[in-house]
Amino acid sequence: MNRFSYVRARDAREAVDVVSAHPTARFIGGGTNLLDLMKEHVTHPSHVVDITRLPLKGIEDTPDGGLRIGALVTNSEVAWNAEVKRRYPLLSKAILAGASPQLRNMATTGGNLLQRTRCYYFYDVGTPCNKREPGSGCGAKTGFNRIHAILGTSEQCIATHPSDMCVALAALEAVVRVTGKDGERAIPFADFHRLPGDTPQLDTNLKPDELITAVELPPEGFAAHSTYLKVRDRASYAFALVSVAAALTLDGGHVRSARVALGGVAHKPWRNPEAEALLTGKPATREHFQAVADALVRGAKGFGHNTFKIELAKRSVVRALEEAAGREGQP
Amino acid sequence: MTTPSTQLGRPVNRVDGRAKVTGEARYAGEFNVPGLLYGQVVSSTIARGRIKSIDASEALRLPGVLRVFTHENRPSLPWFDRKYRDDDAPSGSPFRPLHNDKVVYSGQPVALVVAETFELARHAASLVRIEYKPDSHETDLRAQRKKAYAPRQGKDGFEPPPKPWGHADKALDKAAVKVDAEYETPVEHHNPMEPHASTVIHEDDGTLTIYDKTQGVLNSQTYVCNVFDLPKEQVRVRSPFVGGAFGSGLRPQYQLFLAVLAARELKRSVRVTLTREQMFTFGHRPATLQRVALGASADGTLEALIHEAVSETSSFEDYIEVLVNWGSMLYRCDNVRADYKVAALDCYTPIDMRAPGAAIGVYALESAMDELAHALRMDPIALRLKNYSERDQNKDKPYSSKELRACYQQGAERFGWARRNPEPRSMREGHELVGWGMATGIWDAMQQPASAKAVLGLDGRLVVSSATADIGTGTYTVMTQIAADTLGLPIESVTFKLGDSSLPMAPLEGGSWTVASVGSAVKEACEKLREQLVTFARKTKGSPLAGVGAEEVVFAEGQLRNASDPSRAVSIVEAMRLGGVTHLEEQTSAVPSPKQQAYTRCVHSAVFAEVKVDEALGTVRVTRVVSAVAGGRVLNPKTARSQVMGGVVWGISMALHEETALDHTLGRFMNHNYAEYHVPVNADVRDIDVIFVDEDDTVVNPLGAKGLGEIGIVGVAAAVANAVFHATGRRVRGLPITLDKLL
Ligand SMILES: Cc1cc2nc3c(=O)[nH]c(=O)nc-3n(C[C@H](O)[C@H](O)[C@H](O)COP(=O)(O)OP(=O)(O)OC[C@H]3O[C@@H](n4cnc5c(N)ncnc54)[C@H](O)[C@@H]3O)c2cc1C
Ligand code: SF4
Repeated sequence: MNRFSYVRARDAREAVDVVSAHPTARFIGGGTNLLDLMKEHVTHPSHVVDITRLPLKGIEDTPDGGLRIGALVTNSEVAWNAEVKRRYPLLSKAILAGASPQLRNMATTGGNLLQRTRCYYFYDVGTPCNKREPGSGCGAKTGFNRIHAILGTSEQCIATHPSDMCVALAALEAVVRVTGKDGERAIPFADFHRLPGDTPQLDTNLKPDELITAVELPPEGFAAHSTYLKVRDRASYAFALVSVAAALTLDGGHVRSARVALGGVAHKPWRNPEAEALLTGKPATREHFQAVADALVRGAKGFGHNTFKIELAKRSVVRALEEAAGREGQP
Repeated sequence: MTTPSTQLGRPVNRVDGRAKVTGEARYAGEFNVPGLLYGQVVSSTIARGRIKSIDASEALRLPGVLRVFTHENRPSLPWFDRKYRDDDAPSGSPFRPLHNDKVVYSGQPVALVVAETFELARHAASLVRIEYKPDSHETDLRAQRKKAYAPRQGKDGFEPPPKPWGHADKALDKAAVKVDAEYETPVEHHNPMEPHASTVIHEDDGTLTIYDKTQGVLNSQTYVCNVFDLPKEQVRVRSPFVGGAFGSGLRPQYQLFLAVLAARELKRSVRVTLTREQMFTFGHRPATLQRVALGASADGTLEALIHEAVSETSSFEDYIEVLVNWGSMLYRCDNVRADYKVAALDCYTPIDMRAPGAAIGVYALESAMDELAHALRMDPIALRLKNYSERDQNKDKPYSSKELRACYQQGAERFGWARRNPEPRSMREGHELVGWGMATGIWDAMQQPASAKAVLGLDGRLVVSSATADIGTGTYTVMTQIAADTLGLPIESVTFKLGDSSLPMAPLEGGSWTVASVGSAVKEACEKLREQLVTFARKTKGSPLAGVGAEEVVFAEGQLRNASDPSRAVSIVEAMRLGGVTHLEEQTSAVPSPKQQAYTRCVHSAVFAEVKVDEALGTVRVTRVVSAVAGGRVLNPKTARSQVMGGVVWGISMALHEETALDHTLGRFMNHNYAEYHVPVNADVRDIDVIFVDEDDTVVNPLGAKGLGEIGIVGVAAAVANAVFHATGRRVRGLPITLDKLL
């Protein structure tokens, strides 16, 4: 770990000021990711700006009937919140599929959005990695890439975004509220994370000085028909090889609307509204679920160790949609 | 007269349990002294080549950084191989840290930064700039197998493959039913919770007290004395607690060398603790490729048994383990051929890991036996019983005891094996396929020479000691029990000391031989105390036991008693007073009895596993395991059960999770942390049932007990793999069985 200055921010303004004055300064929430990155010498902040005293810890209703979750609400609090469980069980389930109770007790909503990839090479400073050190090469592409992306990859980087919570937020079409030097803005979830392209060092479209203040959930929570399926190498405490957030509104046996987000397959939670639209008005049957699955992973490309994810993703989508529709084991 | 056992066979709680859960137990990296310095290791990023330059100037500019040791500035040290050898060294040229500019594996220590604080040392280490001139490397066993060779020399405890008998290849050709398959096992690392660490205390008189993470304090002491040319009196190595080692502490590791080097040069106390990533840089279970070919007649009689293995070693040593010998020990067969080769990779030398050789050799063998049973349409247990060996054919010797039949029978009954439908894919629950598999386990029951000292004081306390280790196996507890039992004392009156090079000689703690070896010495030392006490009590005038025959005296509840009239008794302390002594001391060495040589001594098991496999997603859950063990006399059913359960968990881990992934382009292990190197979590481990079958063995050692540290893991991976086949009809011949292999 490098030497750094510690600043405890009294308000959002001060936090933003310190970070905009020092290009390598970092906010710290739960610290469950940032501290690891510092210990492994991946990140070397000049200043660590503690935001945990800021008043961003509430969960409250929004005027339009949605829910607003403060950036400092812990993952545990969100997952066990009565309103979240009742109205957005998909979100609750996704969070509880991630990490461990101890980590979820520390991890914050803002920090979860900004957690960095678990690519082995990114964490090992003895290896090349374009995300950590632009221009050094991508170790994973020619190396061991079992946990890597199959969709939206670039020549420069094939990393995935590891969050479970974000997959649910993508399906729910949450909005990220941020504040920065240039004032406040709202970023739709689909535009929050980026694909690696030629700038794999950038995970999101957040500006360097911007602070996440809240995540807002729209009124529709798909409470009746949603599920989060996480496929991983052990029963708990492992990142997703593939995960699926599936949400449906049903009209009798027919689908009125569908949302499907994939985790573990791309640099951001993967959605394809055109694929989802294939279900609109269709009977909720395996055959139609299969068509969505095929469309979602169209164009997927494996790199050897991770090629199995293409087939796994398809099967997982079908299984998740069946579960969401409450039609497991039916044709 | 032998006193009936009061302490042996009892589920005594761990005597060190309280110290461990309260944090009172201190580990090698936790001993603090004023002025302690901290060393941080800098590891190589290339797998092979030369160091062109090391620039430590930025690190050295930081106030509080004392020195950066490299091959360029290290003191002159001996260069003979023999100076660096240790009790567990295979043949070859041992690795010498900071020896020269050559890099022989990725992660090799190339510099040690020493600073006033741990944080500073870590930071400074990140500032050391190293330039390399890389050479091409080879880390892929498949690619190197064509260059495999027969290992040049043996090693203590190594049994070369048996010489072939009969005509195995011809018999295979002619066999009515045969299987011929290749199995692959990956590199695995030990991953003990406690990282390797050495705290070297530079005493005022210049001597060294070293707290080292090791399975053998004497091994570390000898190594330090040889390498740094020091007399034994000046080096004391201690290791009172070890937070798991599993074989990784059998050789002195490089943090010991580096900490001693720095302490000697700086004349200060120094600690070096390895990072989790560095825990992947000094030895591992070797990757193997194994062919097992079995031929049988239609009734299941084994007619050919071929087991060939290629196992990885380093470019500088020939690491060897017993992989291919087990088949012809377990099964009777007239035509046997076994072959064992090693292939050199640009990785560190592998090192023993729980049940080295057997864990992976028996995996291949018992998988093949299952394939044969399926091909024969025969029940897997029936096939094993059909070919059950009463004698060890490799050596043509009888077994000192072998209650393996009882293991099959009792394990099968507990598991409900009789209800198994042999047809693969015949059981299903929802979208999961259910499968049942079984396998056999075998491991050696060895005894090594060992010494122990027993001292009895007038306060009635008994202190017994030996330079052995407790790596979590329960040595403290079982030795306390043996001593208490021999002298009829309560557990609380006995203290056992270990992990100190100033104590009587003990072998490395490995091979599951500690109870047999050190336990026998403890027993003998305490028996000698008994004899003295009996003499005092019988020969002193006025003693209540005066004149009683020696064989009439029993020890119970802190007393010597007349067996036929227990009212005639003296306490142990009174007996000492009668003898006019203030303390009694005995030190003995126990050596294996020569009669052992006439027998093969092994511990056996039968393992049964149930798996549930998600048919669409390929995920495997092990929902039930029964392990039935024939391990001689069980001295402490609680610690014994824990050992076997731990072994079973590790077997599940081998079967489903563990693999250190190599990037062959970089020649480097990549998943070197607990997030990405998977071992089972609680949710992966369901029911584990351990059975100890009765087994009487008067040959194996004076206690009649066989070590249980390793048998628990052997056979488990095969049982799980066989269950996966039974569930899915798919035979996965490479570990771990990850979901992608079942899609
Ligand atoms: C062993 C392990 C296993 C895990 N397993 C999983 C898993 O299975 N699934 C899963 O989803 N996650 C998993 N996690 C990741 C965990 O969810 C994240 O570490 C956590 O959510 C990060 O939150 P934090 O508050 O601790 O972030 P921090 O570490 O505090 O911060 C992370 C980043 O976010 C920035 N940041 C924090 N808050 C704000 C804010 N309000 N505005 C702007 N920037 C901010 C920081 O500057 C930093 O760059 C695991 C983590 C570990 C260590
Ligand atoms: S995949 Fe991305 S994060 Fe991983 S090594 Fe390549 S560039 Fe780095």
